[in-house]
Amino acid sequence: MIDWFHENGLLLGLALLDGLAYAALVFMVAVGLNLVFGVLRILNVAHGSFYAIGAYAAASLSAFIAAQGLPPWAALPALLVAAALVGALLGPPIEALLLRRIYSGEPVIQLLVTFALFMILEDAQKLIWGVQPVSNDGAMRLLGTVDVPFAGDVIPFTAYQLFLLPAVALATLAGLAWFLRRTLTGRVIVAVTTDREAATAMGIDAKRVFLLTFTAGAMLAALGGALASPTTALVPGIGAQTIVLSFAVIATAGLGRIEGAALTALLIGLGRSVAVYFAPELEVVMPYIIMVAVLLVRPQGLFGAAEARRI
Amino acid sequence: MSASDDRSAEGREGLNRPPPDQGVMLEARGLRLAFGGVRAADGIDLSVMRGEFLAIIGPNGAGKTTFINMTTGYLRPQAGSIHHEGERITGLSPRAIVRRGIARSFQLPQLFTEHTVLENAALAIAARLGIWSPLAPLLRREIREEARELLARFGLSAIEESRADTLNEGARKLADIAMAVALKPRLLLMDEPTSGVAASEKMAVVETLARVLRDAAVTAVFVEHDMDVVARFADRVAVWSQGRIVALGPPATVLSDPEVQREVIGVSGAIHA
Amino acid sequence: MRRAEPLLALAGAAALVGIAYAAPWLRFVLTIALAKGLAVLGILLLLKAGQVSFGHAMYAAVGAYVVAFAAPGMGEALVLLPLATGIAGLLGLVVGLFITRYREIFFSMLNLAISMVLYSMLEKFYAITKGTDGIRVAPVTFAGLSPERESAEWAMFAIALLLAFGFGIVARLYLASPMGQALAGIKTRETRLEFMGVPARHVLLSAYVFSAVMAGAAGAIIAMTTRHVTPLLAYWTTSGELVFIAILGGAGGVLGPFLGAAAYELIRVHAAAAFADLWQLTLGIALLLVILFAPGGLWGVLARLFRRVRA
Repeated sequence: MIDWFHENGLLLGLALLDGLAYAALVFMVAVGLNLVFGVLRILNVAHGSFYAIGAYAAASLSAFIAAQGLPPWAALPALLVAAALVGALLGPPIEALLLRRIYSGEPVIQLLVTFALFMILEDAQKLIWGVQPVSNDGAMRLLGTVDVPFAGDVIPFTAYQLFLLPAVALATLAGLAWFLRRTLTGRVIVAVTTDREAATAMGIDAKRVFLLTFTAGAMLAALGGALASPTTALVPGIGAQTIVLSFAVIATAGLGRIEGAALTALLIGLGRSVAVYFAPELEVVMPYIIMVAVLLVRPQGLFGAAEARRI
Repeated sequence: MSASDDRSAEGREGLNRPPPDQGVMLEARGLRLAFGGVRAADGIDLSVMRGEFLAIIGPNGAGKTTFINMTTGYLRPQAGSIHHEGERITGLSPRAIVRRGIARSFQLPQLFTEHTVLENAALAIAARLGIWSPLAPLLRREIREEARELLARFGLSAIEESRADTLNEGARKLADIAMAVALKPRLLLMDEPTSGVAASEKMAVVETLARVLRDAAVTAVFVEHDMDVVARFADRVAVWSQGRIVALGPPATVLSDPEVQREVIGVSGAIHA
Repeated sequence: MRRAEPLLALAGAAALVGIAYAAPWLRFVLTIALAKGLAVLGILLLLKAGQVSFGHAMYAAVGAYVVAFAAPGMGEALVLLPLATGIAGLLGLVVGLFITRYREIFFSMLNLAISMVLYSMLEKFYAITKGTDGIRVAPVTFAGLSPERESAEWAMFAIALLLAFGFGIVARLYLASPMGQALAGIKTRETRLEFMGVPARHVLLSAYVFSAVMAGAAGAIIAMTTRHVTPLLAYWTTSGELVFIAILGGAGGVLGPFLGAAAYELIRVHAAAAFADLWQLTLGIALLLVILFAPGGLWGVLARLFRRVRA
């Protein structure tokens, strides 16, 4: 054990750091998916596409900023701006023109509609940004690296991944928790999530809540993508990977409180990055092994409550 | 609780029914179940006698449906036991309980909405016979004939080809009960069999139902809000309140008890018997 | 319409044979169409239960890779087909035991997740699968004979047509049986099934295994026809295609899938060049249009025409 740690300690440290940064990104996407599902009762299969488009848009905006000779620090707010733009441009029309038509439809139709949307957005993204890998590491280079002491050694790690990503994720978690529990709009959203009929019967404007929630969810996914863009090469297929991964997170967490999604994102993020360093062939499989293991023991997820239907 | 177990053997007037058979069909002892702070069952003791019609009355939220749900395996009591013909069935799955001859109908009719009424009945019959012959049609002759005959007994022949989601509330209710009867249970639990049935048809519907059940020698427990129906068809009445049985006995005695009238039945359910 | 189905099936088969004879270059296309129709028939069974799988291409991929692995050692089509079909069915049973505990979004997304695991394994284990290059499938014999190219094409076409008929008839009987009707009952009132003493999960499992078997047969035909298998067979876009064809064909009878698949493949052969980069996008838009404006699919459109002609 001690020998193993001696040999692999640094690798483990790197895996933990990587996992933390990765979990932060996964959380951003999964929490948006969870929020939208809670309110609209539709699992948006195209949610991963918002992530991918957010990432590509951030890369384009950063490239534009660099080309205009703007100061390099502008790359950081550019990530936020790109995410907000993507959410605001895609969210409202999709909700108002498409999803609104199927709220009362069969679940299988709802799934098929968002799946069709996913197919459309995946190709649209290829059409705009091509299939060659795109990179956008300006923001990451800007912040430099930090030497992290670990097990008597040091691991050089980017400040972007070490500080910025977890900080944004924590700020999102705290901000969402505050918004949902302390503001009027937030409490309306929670009310609709808990009991849609009762909430609409009380005169809550469901249309507005749905539009707002869907747009917010799209922005969160796009923000996840924008923040991820400096850490990875952007290639077609990241949207599909992301939707399945964030679904794995909310299925493992159980639908419900956002803190649960955060802890589960951490669990799955760490699990995946440990796999990356110690069993690379299991990288893609790891999140699902965790999910299946959890679901076999607790079908309602780690933090979900089992509910009985009224008959 | 002063739940008297005064079971009278008098036959109900107008039905010319033989007195209930002897012996216990279902026995519940000390059933408890709480949802959050609400005690839906707070020590339920009840014996259902073979062959009798037992009505359960009481205000909304008293735990009447919870009792049916516990007996049929949809909910598991936190304490207590249920025995059916001497065998413990507490905590068994709905499927296991159905196989022991206990069927139920629902307050909100549970029909296969995209199937016709005939197909609904046929599915229930096939379920009783075993559905695992994947290549013989559902509506083969013997099942079709039995389904037709069943629906005729319930007066549903005219709508047997209608899709279940096109029926009115009363017809849905009857079809729902017909599906439970198709399972040929020895004990049938019905959750508000007459709710949704038009007032003018109510008595006729229950008359039909009682005849069908009597012919098939089915013991029945039914939750009912209409005191006329209770007075006319029940052999015994159990009065539920806040998860407990507060009175039990023949309708004539129980329904005229001033306390039951005031606390449970209220003004709206006045008795015209 | 249902009573006319056998006649329509024969007419359709005659038309396919006619086209395959008149336009030899379409023989290949129609063989693939029949194979995909088989896989889509499986999707249709699950749709009857109100469930949609976004990962069913994995069973076709398993069937195809079984053929690719086994063909060099045992290159007899009449052995490879049942082998590939059986292994796909076995995998369907193992996965189905887990997945039939879930409904709707969980059912869809877990299928997607598992298919992505299979895809990444086919891609990553290069030593065994040759990764994205894929495997060339050795030529196969038919009942011991090694026909030259044109006869081999006819043989594959005939096998595909026979399997389509065989599975079509079985599926039709299955859907009319108590089990098939109970399957449709899962969509509308699963609780009732349980209270009738019917184990709904086993009913769904039977359909799931049946669908995996048909997809496995489809994969085996595709492998022997195209003589080349790649991980793309298991990718989500392939699964999406199957779902698309199911909706395009319409959920009416067992002919819908084959109608949809033939239409789909013929259009693809002619239009794919023009839409090469936009194929998913085109499919997505078409899927939305069918769902929103022609929910009965091609089968529904035909049925309406049929009624009008008779009236």
